[in-house]
Amino acid sequence: MDGHAGAKSRLTWAVHLTVAALVVLWLVPTVGLLVSSFRDRDQISASGWWEAPLPVEQTYRLRTDPGAAVERHGRFVLSGNVFDSGDSAGTGTVTGFGVTGRAPAEFAPGATADLRGGGRLTVAADGSFTAQADAPFGRRGPTIYFEAETPPKVTLDNYRMVLGADGMDRAFVNTLTVTIPATVIPILIAAFAAYALAWMEFPGRGLLIAAVVGLLVVPLQLALVPLLRLHEAVGIGQSFMGIWFAHTGFGLPLAVYLLRNYMAGLPRDIIESAKVDGATDFQVFTRIVLPLSFPALASFAIFQFLWTWNDLLVAKVFLPAASETKVMTVKIADDLLGSHGGDWGILAAAAFISMAVPLAVFFALQRYLVRGLLAGSVK
Amino acid sequence: MSPLLQGMVTILIGVGGCVGYFYAANLLLDRVIFPPSGRDPGRNISRANAVRPWLFLAPAMAALGLYLVYPVVGSFWRSLYNRDGGSFIGLGNYTDLAADPAFRTALFNNLLWVLVVPAASTFLGLIAAQLTDRIRWGNIAKSMIFMPMAISFVGASLIWKFVYANEADIGLINAIRAGLGFQDPIDVIQIPFWNTFFLMAILIWIQTGFAMVILSAALRGIPDETIEAAILDGANPFQIFFRVMVPQITGTIVVVWTTITILVLKVFDIVYTMTGGNFGTQILPSYMMSYMFKDDGRATAVAFVIMLIVLPVMVWNILQARKEMR
Repeated sequence: MDGHAGAKSRLTWAVHLTVAALVVLWLVPTVGLLVSSFRDRDQISASGWWEAPLPVEQTYRLRTDPGAAVERHGRFVLSGNVFDSGDSAGTGTVTGFGVTGRAPAEFAPGATADLRGGGRLTVAADGSFTAQADAPFGRRGPTIYFEAETPPKVTLDNYRMVLGADGMDRAFVNTLTVTIPATVIPILIAAFAAYALAWMEFPGRGLLIAAVVGLLVVPLQLALVPLLRLHEAVGIGQSFMGIWFAHTGFGLPLAVYLLRNYMAGLPRDIIESAKVDGATDFQVFTRIVLPLSFPALASFAIFQFLWTWNDLLVAKVFLPAASETKVMTVKIADDLLGSHGGDWGILAAAAFISMAVPLAVFFALQRYLVRGLLAGSVK
Repeated sequence: MSPLLQGMVTILIGVGGCVGYFYAANLLLDRVIFPPSGRDPGRNISRANAVRPWLFLAPAMAALGLYLVYPVVGSFWRSLYNRDGGSFIGLGNYTDLAADPAFRTALFNNLLWVLVVPAASTFLGLIAAQLTDRIRWGNIAKSMIFMPMAISFVGASLIWKFVYANEADIGLINAIRAGLGFQDPIDVIQIPFWNTFFLMAILIWIQTGFAMVILSAALRGIPDETIEAAILDGANPFQIFFRVMVPQITGTIVVVWTTITILVLKVFDIVYTMTGGNFGTQILPSYMMSYMFKDDGRATAVAFVIMLIVLPVMVWNILQARKEMR
């Protein structure tokens, strides 16, 4: 394809640009979530995450305390700084102020506005304000509306909130509890079966392999009702025990299929010479085939881990709906989206807590994942 | 006992039990049932070797039988009974489904999903594979496009909720609209008919990486001679790609396509998280979940409909696998 010397450089540029565009398109949504999870909740709704490093312009309302007014030369003077307390606490710059909620930035900083209850108000850019009137301010002081630029805030509050009050820490432990046994146990069962299907001669072997291939595509939905009833009948019910069994059963076809394909590709010489030397099948399996199959075992382990960690369907059906047993996916989908539907910072933090471990596994062990995918699909 | 500790104990019991079973059963077979001694040691050894495969297979077969084969039959049987399982109503659940407009919406949407998602993912994956293979930083690009594979469907849905959000200060789509001068933000998740496509985009975003990884390996397996011959014949890069390379990897494309198709028929998480099946976005798996725990007869009937849709792919897969083994 590199034949046309003239067209080549232009084409190469097009390739670079297209790939860059694809990568950006693929990353942007995730980056948005990550950035949002570290932002202050008020800032999230005031400006887009792509403007996160810029100061945020927000509108505030401050009710002044009339008790702080002092009488000076027959006039009542109330002064202070809008950044001293309340929602707007902290440093910032006033970009405009007003005396009604309808026009919160009617006046430029430093200008003088007439208060509706009589008197005048001035707010400077640094936030200091002065209200003056001929009569006392009464029980309620004048309300100052103002628009201010606050510097970007990076905060861990969302994470603290999700892990503490929302119980995501418990859900994390639950997910871990579901995932580890559901990953380890099927590997062992599948490895023995895969060895038998790859290296032992017996009638019906081809039929069994075909059955495994068929079972690979059975929709999980079919299994839900009958197995839940079965678990209830034998006393397991909805429990961790039940979900471990379920994940084991559902993961087996892929495990057997992947491992058999890999084991069948091992060199025949090694296995036959071991048998000639008097090794039994059990020894051949544990001493030769199992260690050699490590890459395939690793691939399946990663698959099963990602699948059980990220699963929502099986967890919803086989675990009780009580909050002590909710895994993270169920917690997010059923609890947080309901109660914090508009609280984007909380949702983003929760999503990232649930994604951190799979992403770490993915980037650390990508090689095995790719190898497993190829063994499972390309033949 | 805390669940995590219980999990650790289960791992120990499970792993120990498995190893113990395989070891003990093997020992029992060789030493006690068919010992290589006595009157006819040769016959005993061959008998033991005939039994051993089944010994190795037994736990896997039991688990597969109980957790995948039995449910197919069990679900079908259950779908012939009414809500509480008390009375046999034949195909009553299925006729009810056919009469339910919500079911027809779900079926229609599912058809759209099955048509669009595998096609789009495979096509984008193919393009991404071909392009990333040609540049030096291609592997990093691949990694980034592949990354959504590690994210749960729920997590991915949340990520895209931020893109679709109905406010110009949160949702990227509405921010772009606002930048172009449109005044009112739109809620893309509520636009009739087209909202389904916005949900599909999430799954396409996840699955493109999978298609890319597999197709990239297949593209690299194409013999160089065919491409060189095409260059000598004066074919342009597009002709080489679509007329020379793609036809040589049709087999792999079909595998990727069917794998994603199967997945599409299982995924209920995205619709459940994004819309809960509202605004006309229901698909069969999420429709089934709306009956789960409420009407087992109806739920199993929907599950069986999904099974019927998957069946042709299953048969094709089995035939393919048998062809390879010969």
